[in-house]
Parts: sequence; C-alpha cells; structure tokens
Amino acid sequence: MLNLMVNGKSFQSSAPLSVAELLLHLQCDAARVAVEHNGIILQGEHFATTPLADGDRLEIVQFVGGG
Amino acid sequence: MRIWLNEQPKEVAAGTTLAQLRAAVQPEADVLICNGYPVQPEQPLADGDRVVFIQRGRLPDAEELEALLVARHTPGVHQKLKRAAVGIAGLGGLGSPVAIALARSGIGRLVLVDFDVVEPSNLNRQQYFMDQLGLPKTVALRETLGRINPYVEVECHVLRLTAERVPEIFGEVDVLVEAFDDPAAKAMLTETFLSRCPGRPLVAASGVAGHGPANRITTRRTLQQLYLIGDGRSAAAPGQGLMAPRVGVAAHHQANAVLRLLLGQNPEQDQACST
Repeated sequence: MLNLMVNGKSFQSSAPLSVAELLLHLQCDAARVAVEHNGIILQGEHFATTPLADGDRLEIVQFVGGG
Repeated sequence: MRIWLNEQPKEVAAGTTLAQLRAAVQPEADVLICNGYPVQPEQPLADGDRVVFIQRGRLPDAEELEALLVARHTPGVHQKLKRAAVGIAGLGGLGSPVAIALARSGIGRLVLVDFDVVEPSNLNRQQYFMDQLGLPKTVALRETLGRINPYVEVECHVLRLTAERVPEIFGEVDVLVEAFDDPAAKAMLTETFLSRCPGRPLVAASGVAGHGPANRITTRRTLQQLYLIGDGRSAAAPGQGLMAPRVGVAAHHQANAVLRLLLGQNPEQDQACST
C-alpha cells in the first residue's frame, strides 16, 4: 500500500504508481501542471520515469488558460 | 513658516504669495497647485501648505522625479524597489498592467518578453492604444512605460520563450511574473524557472477569465517559491472571455505580490516572509 500526501490530502494506492500515472488517475493534463515532489520541482519529461514511494509528498498545480 | 514645494520642505517668510514664490524658484511654471487644487497666483501661503509648480510640456529630470516618488512612497520602500529587477513573461492582459503598476512604483529594472504584436482584439483588456496597433507589444509597452517613468530601465526581448532561454533571460531578476495566456506555457515557465533559477520567487496566474466575483481572485503560495493568483478554475473559453476588470484585478494582485516579496513581506498575509 502506497500512502501519499497530494496537495495536503492523503492519497492511497494499492498498486505502484509513477508521477505520470498519478496525474492520469487525478485527470490532470501533464502538459498543464507543475509538480513539486518531496519539495523538489520535477521536470515534465521525468513524470513517467519517476516512481512514487510510500510517504512521498506531492504538490500539483494545474494551470488553466487566460491572461 | 515652512511649506512643502514639489514634495520638498522649504522655509518661506510669512505672507509670501504663490506668485512671489514662483518668481523666486520657478518663474516659468504655468500651473500652480496648492493642497491638491489649482489656485490663483495672488493667494498667500499658509504654514504647512503643499505646493506643486508645473511647467506644461517640461519633464522633471531623474532627480526631481525621484524626489517625488520618495515623498510618495514610505521611506526605505523606494530604495528597495529602485534596486530591484523584475521579469515579466508575456505582455497581454496580465503582463501589460503589471508592467505599468511596477513602473509607477519605481522598480529599477524590468525585463519584458513577448513575441506578439498589438491587435484590435487586445484593446478590450490590455494596456495598449489604438495608435499602437501592429507594433510589437514590447515596443508599444516600452513607449508607454517611458511616458510614465522614463527612468525605469526596460530590457525587451521579442521572442517566443522556450525553456532553454529562461535562465539566460531571467537569470538575474529578483522576482519573475508569469503572465502567459496558454496553460502549457504557464506550466513550462513554472517548472523551468523554479528548477533552473532556484531561490527566486515566481508570481503566476491561473483562473482569471469571465466576470465572476472579483473576490474569488486570491493570492496563494502553492509551491515553495510559487505564488499563484486567480480563482484556479475560470479558464478562457467560448462563453467566458477575458475581460479588463477581472484580468486587471489578477494583474494587480500579481504586482502587489511582487512589491511585497521585494520588501520582504509575505504576499499571502500580514507577516514577514518565512523564506
């Protein structure tokens, strides 16, 4: 069991997850987010290859268009 | 008695009139303002009066303008802002009012990036004018900023920003403002600036479209160095356009967050920054 903190809320997964898979599960468009993984900004190109570990903290910011 | 002339204290003899003062210090002045109102030259001055002499068509030099800004801003604030460099990525409905607010505040240096030209549809919310249609936004905005405060240093880049260019262009700024329209560009700039220029805050925007309540626009710290302005949801879409008031509210949240960061204050609330 994977216990994560996502945007300050607990999130559990019974299967292993990459950051990309978590974003998919949360219905976030990976091209429109910025992700901080345990306090470090993660580059989008590494979303698919970054596995999540028990206890990881994620902050996900989703951008919408307009300016 | 003591009066204030052009924001500077000055001792004058009791009974001195505005005309006498003008003859002594600035005979060519053609507009005389006393305590905020235009007045006739024969008016005698009173202790504590605030007098401004204006000569139409003459621009104050850098030192005069500086004195005016110092007087208007709290002591200490002006010096900090004057030393600061702020980057603005995107000069549309967010970036153009942010640039104007920061120039009026006396920020020393602005680094502006935009690839676009001024189009008629921009005039519904962006700080451009009819006579600037077709100009690159960098050129048009530089011209406008020069009319407000010609002593702000403005560096312009006409290009579509890529991740590779971010550290080179914004590597020296104290704070960066994300003011793009496209959500993928917002995400690219955020992840690139926060990882490649560590320790420097980014003030970004998301959710500024439409005419929903302005009170839903907030300033929140969402990542360690990211302050996000907007309601987080209101995307520009058919039926929900971008409008001057709400985009302007968000832009001025961004400009205010920049000022607070430069002054060592927390943009979210009334306390010092924790970083």
